[in-house]
Amino acid sequence: MAQQGPTSPVPVPNAHDASQPAPKPVREGIDLIVNDKRYRHTGDKAMPLLWYLRDVLRLTGAKYGCEQGDCGFCTVIVDGKAVASCQTRMEKMTGKRVTTVEGLAGKDGKLHPVQQAWIDEDAIMCGFCQPGQIMAAVDLLSRQKNPSDADIDKIGNLCRCGSYGRIRKAIKRAADTIKDGKA
Amino acid sequence: MSGEIRLSRRRFLKYAAGAAGALVIGIGSVEAAERPVPLALLGDSWSQVGPYLRVAADGRVFIGVRDPDNGEGTATSLARIIAEEMDADWSRIIVEPLGLGVSVDNGQAKFTYGHQRSGDATSIPAAWADLRQAGALARWLLLQAAARRLGIPADQLRGENGMAVAADGRRISYADLAASAADIDAPSSAPPVKQADRYQFIGQPAGDVDALAVVTGALAYAGDDNIGDPVIAVLARCPYPGGSLDQADREAAGRIPGVQAVIDLTPEQGQPAGLAAQAPAIVVLASDTWAALSGRNALKATWKPGANAEPSTGTLEQQALDLFGNEQATPSTVRNDGDVLAVRKKAARALEATYFQPWVAHATAETPNCTVRLDPDTSITVIAATQSPRQVYSVVQRMTGLKPDQIDIRVPRGGGGFGRRLEADYVAEAVAIALAKKPDTIRNRPIKVLWTRDDDLGHDYYRPMAVHRLNASLDRKKNIVGWHQRMASPSALVNRNVPDNRLWQSELVADALPAGLVPNFRSDWYPLSSQLQRGEWRGSPHVTPTFASESFIDELAHSVQANPLDFRLALLGSPRQLPYAGRGGPIDTARMANVLKLAADKLDWSRWLRSENGLGIACAYVFGAYVAHAVEVAPTQDGIDIVRVVVAADVGRVINPKGLEAQLQGATMDALSTALNLAITIKDGKVQQSGLRDYALSATQPMPNEVETIIVPSTADPAGASVVGVPSAAPALANAVFRATAVRVRRLPLLRELARLR
Repeated sequence: MAQQGPTSPVPVPNAHDASQPAPKPVREGIDLIVNDKRYRHTGDKAMPLLWYLRDVLRLTGAKYGCEQGDCGFCTVIVDGKAVASCQTRMEKMTGKRVTTVEGLAGKDGKLHPVQQAWIDEDAIMCGFCQPGQIMAAVDLLSRQKNPSDADIDKIGNLCRCGSYGRIRKAIKRAADTIKDGKA
Repeated sequence: MSGEIRLSRRRFLKYAAGAAGALVIGIGSVEAAERPVPLALLGDSWSQVGPYLRVAADGRVFIGVRDPDNGEGTATSLARIIAEEMDADWSRIIVEPLGLGVSVDNGQAKFTYGHQRSGDATSIPAAWADLRQAGALARWLLLQAAARRLGIPADQLRGENGMAVAADGRRISYADLAASAADIDAPSSAPPVKQADRYQFIGQPAGDVDALAVVTGALAYAGDDNIGDPVIAVLARCPYPGGSLDQADREAAGRIPGVQAVIDLTPEQGQPAGLAAQAPAIVVLASDTWAALSGRNALKATWKPGANAEPSTGTLEQQALDLFGNEQATPSTVRNDGDVLAVRKKAARALEATYFQPWVAHATAETPNCTVRLDPDTSITVIAATQSPRQVYSVVQRMTGLKPDQIDIRVPRGGGGFGRRLEADYVAEAVAIALAKKPDTIRNRPIKVLWTRDDDLGHDYYRPMAVHRLNASLDRKKNIVGWHQRMASPSALVNRNVPDNRLWQSELVADALPAGLVPNFRSDWYPLSSQLQRGEWRGSPHVTPTFASESFIDELAHSVQANPLDFRLALLGSPRQLPYAGRGGPIDTARMANVLKLAADKLDWSRWLRSENGLGIACAYVFGAYVAHAVEVAPTQDGIDIVRVVVAADVGRVINPKGLEAQLQGATMDALSTALNLAITIKDGKVQQSGLRDYALSATQPMPNEVETIIVPSTADPAGASVVGVPSAAPALANAVFRATAVRVRRLPLLRELARLR
């Protein structure tokens, strides 16, 4: 039996501010930035980003739902675009910048307009799909300032509780907030 | 420093000073013994009481919520009920989910928190019965303390927004009163609860108390908890009910970097359904989930069916039809009024129809998972989403032999339940792995078991498939004078220590409408045999029978060229109470007629005859709640589009209208999505569906953009909400589809059948 998992992150004294120069590499690995902090993955290159986030970095906001990219529970933003992190292997992540739901609020704790809209519309039911829904909505609003119902439908993230009506309202509310420059 | 008030022979309220000037109040039971409740909640040691609220000296009020919240909104509603009675400042309320309340009494487990289960719409009625009194006691004590401080009689004080307010306008915050309130002598009896006209929170909309934690990703679901750096377990389970392992390459799995052990798991034999692991399995234990998944993949496990292969749904359907046609078959006759056979002989018109519904799965958003930290000699901690903490406890206690006070069951918010988490198989499996012999390197590590989506769909406790045959007799005035319904299904109560003559109880409701409305009424249930695990599915005894009965009533209306709304209202007749043996009764026909009319009006039912789109309606009575759906369907080139859906519900007093609206909308979406597309099918003895592509929950077209809700104001005691919106949605849809397409769909899933018939 293999005694030690190869997936533990480099013993980076946790993480470094991305604006500072990177520390000298200590081992071969995949360097990436998650929520403005630098990390190096030295484990299995085939590992999906989802499990790197959840098991290695212990960022558990992105959820497991299907392993097939169908449900969207694991949605995170990579270089400005929403991706299913269960379908994104670490070997493709070199130099990438990842934002998870944990990294969405401002450093001062101020919520992103999408997060605030979710609360204002009470869009959560069980809540499990919602980090993924929120990241998908952030991505949509970065491309579409006035998303139509059809644009929102195209996101395709599933909500088992059926909160779609409120999610739709929350996205439109967030779009208004962003347009009004309130954020 | 403390006091106690009896609520009943076995229940009491207790209060005392907490640390740092807090007032702590809980409901306990006489069985409760020496077990401190969570320090996080109380801030000090405290025993013999189930913790319900703590008024801290800094103004915060902590409320421990006992019933699990899997998205039903119980955490918010239960907290609102308590906060209302104490006139709290809602913005200072902090809600904490409670683990199982269990203590030892003469070596036996005693459950100390009262009701602790989320299922069958029971949480709100139970909370209404006793949680209000905890809040009322807090207010009474705080006002007494304020009276003493101000030197005025307590009856000149009222609670308001976290303050005691005197008639002359002086006010003191609860925070300042908390410590002295604990010194007040106990009242001789429980202080009265508030009159409804003073309600500030009940009936007013409230957002979910966990919303901030959810939208920031901070909320830890069970699988997000990494207590003690757990080893991750993923299992290859036998897909054949009653089957066994053919072969597997354990060495290949062991060679995957990160894999720590590969062990075999044999489920306990002789345990009732839901209380033991389901299937033989090979467990891959690894340092992370990816390694565990890779290890499972490397096993290339193959399995053999058991001696009796599970039959296809079609085979079971044929067995049902054979039973219906067999004079010798002896069903359970669950209700029999008058003589349905005699009335059929002299009927002006007799109709028959047969309805087919498939197996369906729960497909909770959060797949089953369970984390176990075990010290075999001293303690066990189990972290799992569940709808039934006591069920989890019974499994853990049986398997470990530990004493009640050595067992810590933690119940975080769950990612959906719908009945799946009434079962504890996934807990039993995790405990079995924790108990199993493992290499020294991981022997003392906690175990976290993750179910993948194919595990979930392949090893669910499915809603049973069902066949209904309905016969009705109408007289010359177009009244239904005879109704004979026969249902065949594999009961979800088989292998659960339930006698044969009660197996029908998971399948249908004896007094469900139109029982009581038709003079000659008979309801028969026939058992079918299956090896698939079966369970409750969001009010299933109300769901499958209502699809058949409410479709059939529509067919009867059509046969006499009646408007189906008028036909239903005529059937309900004059306002009266119908006896109902199930929970929530009697049935008030006027409340049922009211929701029907409200839903129809909102959809502009006057269009019914001439509209190009099809309008359909249906209603149901569910655990004390009245609900009707009105649906508008447009025919399309290759199917249908659901243009509008209205749901009207009367659930008695509404605790949180925002939460109720969400439940009605969500349940409607669930019911429509399931009816349109979803089926679990069996081929070659095993479940065919393995992912969300072949078990495709619907989000968009033909689903409606929104679900319009009507909530009936009521002062009746509150009913639960989470299942109410399910039963009448699918028949209303099928009835609308009939008007839109002239095709009567008697088999679900609907879209497949509609395509076949068109």
